[in-house]
Amino acid sequence: MTEGFVTAVNGNMVSVSTDGVVTMNEVAYIEAGNKSLKSEVIRIRGNSVQVQVYEMTKGIRVGDSVRFTNDLLSVELGPGLLGQIYDGLQNPLPEIAEKVGYFLEPGLYLKALSRDTTWHFTPLAKEDDLLQRGMAVGWVPELHFKHIIMLPFDFYGEWSVTKILPEGDYTIDDVIAEVSDAKGNKRQVRMWFSWPVKRAVDCYSERLKPADPLVTKTRIIDTFFPVAKGGTYCIPGPFGAGKTVLQQVTSRHAEVDIVLIAACGERAGEVVETLKEFPQIIDPKTGRALMERTVIICNTSSMPVAAREASVYTAVTIAEYYRQMGLDVLLLADSTSRWAQAMREMSGRLEEIPGEEAFPAYLESVIAAFYERAGIVRLYDGKTGSVTIGGTVSPAGGNFEEPVTQATLKVVGAFHGLSRERSDARKYPSIHPLDSWSKYDGIMPQQAVHYAHTFLEHGAEVGAMMKVVGEEGTSLEDYVVYLKSEFLDAVYLQQNSFDPVDAAVSPSRQKHVFELVLKILASHITFKDKEDARNFFYELRQTMLDLNGTPEDSDMFVSLYKKVKEALMERKPEFEDRGLKAIKALE
Amino acid sequence: MNKIYSKIESIVGNVIAVKAQDVAYGELAQVKTRYGMSLAETIRLDGDMVYLQVFAGGRGVSTGDEVRFLGHPMQVSFSDNLMGRIFDGAGEPRDGGPVLSDNLVTIAGPSVNPYKRIIPREMIRTGIPMIDVFNTLVKSQKLPIFSVSGEPYNPLLARIAMQAEVDLIVLGGMGLKYDDYLFFRDTLEQGGALSKTIMFVHTAADPIVECLMVPDISLAVAERFALKGKNVLVLLTDMTNFADALKEIAITQEQVPSNRGYPGDLYSQLAARYEKAVDFSDAGSITILAVTTMPGDDVTHPVPDNTGYITEGQFYLHGGHIEPFGSLSRLKQMVNGKTRDDHRSIMDAMIKLFAAYRDTLEKKSMGFQMSAWDRKLLKYGELFEQRMMDLSVNVPLEKALDQCWGILAECFEPRETGLRSDLIQKFWVGNE
Repeated sequence: MTEGFVTAVNGNMVSVSTDGVVTMNEVAYIEAGNKSLKSEVIRIRGNSVQVQVYEMTKGIRVGDSVRFTNDLLSVELGPGLLGQIYDGLQNPLPEIAEKVGYFLEPGLYLKALSRDTTWHFTPLAKEDDLLQRGMAVGWVPELHFKHIIMLPFDFYGEWSVTKILPEGDYTIDDVIAEVSDAKGNKRQVRMWFSWPVKRAVDCYSERLKPADPLVTKTRIIDTFFPVAKGGTYCIPGPFGAGKTVLQQVTSRHAEVDIVLIAACGERAGEVVETLKEFPQIIDPKTGRALMERTVIICNTSSMPVAAREASVYTAVTIAEYYRQMGLDVLLLADSTSRWAQAMREMSGRLEEIPGEEAFPAYLESVIAAFYERAGIVRLYDGKTGSVTIGGTVSPAGGNFEEPVTQATLKVVGAFHGLSRERSDARKYPSIHPLDSWSKYDGIMPQQAVHYAHTFLEHGAEVGAMMKVVGEEGTSLEDYVVYLKSEFLDAVYLQQNSFDPVDAAVSPSRQKHVFELVLKILASHITFKDKEDARNFFYELRQTMLDLNGTPEDSDMFVSLYKKVKEALMERKPEFEDRGLKAIKALE
Repeated sequence: MNKIYSKIESIVGNVIAVKAQDVAYGELAQVKTRYGMSLAETIRLDGDMVYLQVFAGGRGVSTGDEVRFLGHPMQVSFSDNLMGRIFDGAGEPRDGGPVLSDNLVTIAGPSVNPYKRIIPREMIRTGIPMIDVFNTLVKSQKLPIFSVSGEPYNPLLARIAMQAEVDLIVLGGMGLKYDDYLFFRDTLEQGGALSKTIMFVHTAADPIVECLMVPDISLAVAERFALKGKNVLVLLTDMTNFADALKEIAITQEQVPSNRGYPGDLYSQLAARYEKAVDFSDAGSITILAVTTMPGDDVTHPVPDNTGYITEGQFYLHGGHIEPFGSLSRLKQMVNGKTRDDHRSIMDAMIKLFAAYRDTLEKKSMGFQMSAWDRKLLKYGELFEQRMMDLSVNVPLEKALDQCWGILAECFEPRETGLRSDLIQKFWVGNE
């Protein structure tokens, strides 16, 4: 094993002198006093090696010995991940709390997976079966999932099973199978293995194009700016615009099998809400606590900066692991800007030539590589699995022109830009309907969505004009367009995430209501004057808002729906051709 | 005994370098200059070269001065003797009292395990209606007071220090004008709050490095008291000075600046301090209120901008009062449901009407004719500003809520307020 000693300390960057073999990005431990501090090699120049330390560096001395492990930064993969709360380096936070109390202890690293828990193993492979990495050896029940025990991802080549244990209860450290390859090399298979976080898991036969929508149950996303399973999206927004709330809502209601929450450099208080509430909230789909489909990776803003970068990779690696079992996984990273800032800090210490706003020149390629780990893949057994990545961005000053937002926009498939204007007006979710876009197909036909969107565009134009010439200077026709756009905004784009019914809207309900909204948009009604038009739309709006808060299977819903329809037909409207086509497309 | 080094290799700004062995990163040293003794902190190690940031500054340090390493990082004494005392940024007494050196604790310790945090659940009463009624301060909350030079943010802090219902106040002053320091001292003394206050004050005349220590030292003391079960309110003024001190030192250290000269780790530096706010499940709590002056009233300036991403809302002090718009306590929802059943509704109704009043004011200034409704709103706005927004008002929450009903009754018919009928029946002033 390679050893060395500390020659310099600058913030969380430490220089080490060694004459042994060192691998880029391998993990090294610095022996400072009675603690071993974990660190990662980030530059090698001759005998001098720079490492970034995942802890506070206070107390390190020149001359302290350093131990290189020859392993890249890795995570443990196996049964027992679900429902866990880890820090960025996969240390289980509840167990750390049990051991050392209130505060995090530098240099304390615990096993991510319990070695004592027994799992009921059922073999799927037989002796003499030929297996490739990632193929199923057996399975164990993990909560309500069938957790597939796979041939470890680093078993390159073909292996034949020489021995496999019968069904029974084992711990993850038990050898459940033995395999050998054509050359006679033998290896043991356990229920867990480790995988380096910065390498994408690539055990699949092909990558597919994201096509199926990922239902978030947030209307403005599902209808207007959809996300696909295996796709990527980003949520940039100034502070206070509701990024985190939007992600919390998504993490609750999204129709996926597993949710990974990477709280990266944000407020601890927000994670606390998630981790105290999720065990109590019941997921209507499975009838189990939400926590059972969730893994939280939490490196909040006051935790060591270098581990912040690791945390998003830890999260995506766990997501890929579950994808390999044919599951749909959603990774929510909040916030990628903090991760980019961690890179900037380290780049500055390495005295690299800075790019824009002092971010390193490789910022874009690193962000692109991260988002590219999302995807939907066909596995060796023909099943598909997906990882969808949604990242928030916290642009300085709320200005989307800054490097992190721009680098992210280049690589994502959907952009949900939050606006201060909308959040100030308490219009939530504050996704800006004119700035945002999506390249994916959603649950609604393009034509219908496009038709509705034209009202938002025209309405905004009229609204801007009205600010100058006043209501008096606006024609009745324009004014009605404006009212329609406001109506669409109020009853469809905005959604009350605190209302038990309105918080999550199923796709079928979205279609049902959207049809009614389209009908109202498409209608031509002759109004007496602006007052008359305004009253008409205000009344419709009120009924629609009541409708939004009513469960779909209730009589109330049916009668409110009818009430809106009747109020519209009473005015004997004519319908625009394009509108009728849009409604037809819905059917 | 610790070795003494008597040759300083280089002096750049406030940073000196000596050749020394076996020094830990973060270790403290004493530098003896002709002007007296100063503490210095190890901020970089490179081979046998040790770089130290001298608290008293590099001015007057000679290459022949003595440096003695103390073998420990920056510490502060912690005991009940701190109560009522005033110190400077290095932890030295500023009030002429005795030096405290028992029970030393290291400052800037590790952060709290998120798993050990609890969801905030209790309000802190301040007696200021704009806070208690409209943007309730919650135990363990971290809130900045965004303001502009010239606004009465220090009087506001002093008022909160005197009125807030907490066990202990820790006041950290950074770059304070000497007058402001005296103002705080005298006001708290006269108000009788000095005995439950601990002050760490760096004035504008003091060396810049000490400014950097103030938040850490204040929060380290607060943390200890919180662990002993005390509810501590930490008041910091002004965090922009702290950020500027960071900037000054980063630039003299030849670090690559990121945005308007501020170092790239500004966010992490601020977060490390603000995130000390905590509610321990079976001990006390730390709540942080920090003044952040916005250069040019610009909220997108790096300091308020980064702060906004860290804190849980903000108070916006503008025109001598806490602005109803632009101020936000993100945690108020967690407590204002259980104060009194009209609290939330009256808060919303009052603010909506006040927004309408502002619109009317705008119309008035453009010379439009005032309708009867407009005149009602104008009266309402005036009363609201007088009885609610004036910073000298000091009433308990319940009385403030009653006053809200009073104002409404003086100006409007019940149905004009948009309040639910059951609340109107219960609370409307003049009901039988």
